[in-house]
Amino acid sequence: MNPPGLTTACAAMLRRDLTLAWRRRGDIAMPVLYALIVTMLFPFALGPEDTLLQRIAGGVVLVTVLLAMLLALDAMFSSDIEDGSLEQLVLAPQPLALMLAMKILAHWLTTALPLIVIAPLLAGMLHLPTAVMPVLVLALLLSTPMLSLLGAILVALTAGTRRSGMLLALMLLPLCVPVVIFAAGAVAASQQGLPWLTPIAWLGAALVLLLVLAPLACAAALRIALDA
Amino acid sequence: MMSKWIPLWLHKLGSPPTFYRFAGTLRPWMLALALLTGAIALYGGLVMAPADYQQGDAYRIIFIHVPSAWMSLFIYGVMGFAAFLALVWRIKLAEVVAMESAPIGAAFTFITLVTGSLWGKPMWGTWWTWDARLTSELVLLFLYLGVIGLYHAFEDRRQGARAAAFLALIGIINVPIVHFSVNWWNTLHQGSTIRLLGPSTIAPGMLWPLLTMMLATKFYYLASLFGRVRTDLLDLESGKDWVRTIATGSTHQ
Repeated sequence: MNPPGLTTACAAMLRRDLTLAWRRRGDIAMPVLYALIVTMLFPFALGPEDTLLQRIAGGVVLVTVLLAMLLALDAMFSSDIEDGSLEQLVLAPQPLALMLAMKILAHWLTTALPLIVIAPLLAGMLHLPTAVMPVLVLALLLSTPMLSLLGAILVALTAGTRRSGMLLALMLLPLCVPVVIFAAGAVAASQQGLPWLTPIAWLGAALVLLLVLAPLACAAALRIALDA
Repeated sequence: MMSKWIPLWLHKLGSPPTFYRFAGTLRPWMLALALLTGAIALYGGLVMAPADYQQGDAYRIIFIHVPSAWMSLFIYGVMGFAAFLALVWRIKLAEVVAMESAPIGAAFTFITLVTGSLWGKPMWGTWWTWDARLTSELVLLFLYLGVIGLYHAFEDRRQGARAAAFLALIGIINVPIVHFSVNWWNTLHQGSTIRLLGPSTIAPGMLWPLLTMMLATKFYYLASLFGRVRTDLLDLESGKDWVRTIATGSTHQ
């Protein structure tokens, strides 16, 4: 029996993960709610002055989205590890990296995309000028896939361990510093009326690099973490 | 084929019992050399070196700060190299060396940060500033802590070592990226005054204690690493004959 073609396998993988996510719609709403709550707390903590909120709005939204994604990261492979389907994936004839890339894509679609959709709302709550919104959304569109890809490598590395969300945060922090710097840099530059294309271009370049390398690294990490 | 250009003793050194004995013999010498060169460097730095025309005596903390900062990067390099060996050739000793380097490197990074902030208070008027070099050093500390944390999260130590080695390799790629991006973001720290290529802009009276201290930290690293690796090897190989011979107290140390 011939194994199904790559496109079929990829589509099946994507459909499976999206179906699983859709059956548990409540989980998709959680990071969004979390981001809303965190953003809401900032004006309470810092006072309601428009100028201050306006100045920090871009950074707050970026960090909030990052934290919300971190919260959902743990779940990327956990159910597949519990029911053993991840081992089946490793044994499958299709390249593991490609299959994992589909899983990461599904994860990004279900956690990051809703966050990006409500990001303008969050930024609006903090009075970010409307003119800056497109740059913010663009920065998020480029930086959230990177966080998903980097996070996937780390989640794969911790696949064989006891649950450790804190460890994941500790490992992700050094990796996401450059992403945050450039994404926030673009938003801040656009807010000050400066050219913002350079940091966006850097983000795009890094994303292209990661799109190619991260699934491979993720597959290698998973093989290390699963083989005893 | 490999054995033609790698001497035999190097192969033998990769075996745990041989390395255990080798490290045991060398460790006291390394420790003695570290203490000796460290004492000379401290005397040279704290007593003999001239005061700085601008910073007075406060600059003398660099004799601890700068060698520690060099070591924090150097040890990360050693760890990354050992991690690469461990992942590619699955050498047990390389795993142990990589994992036991991490806490020492983290300690040097911590010392760098503490001495830096002690110096920053009188010089810059603040304990901490979000400057590029300080931030990269802090990120480096988190990289070390991540490696140590991941290593200990696994039940199986060899598996943990391999996973953490992989993380260390990702970190090696990450360090220059972080350095570049925080530089782009903000910088205040003074530039390098010691260069390998081209003339250094530091007074020779200050340079030699600095370089001596650098030697001392290298020796200390080796001594500490040897001690830690020995303990770890005993633990890892606890079922083997050579460990049993040592544990029951017969012959060689």
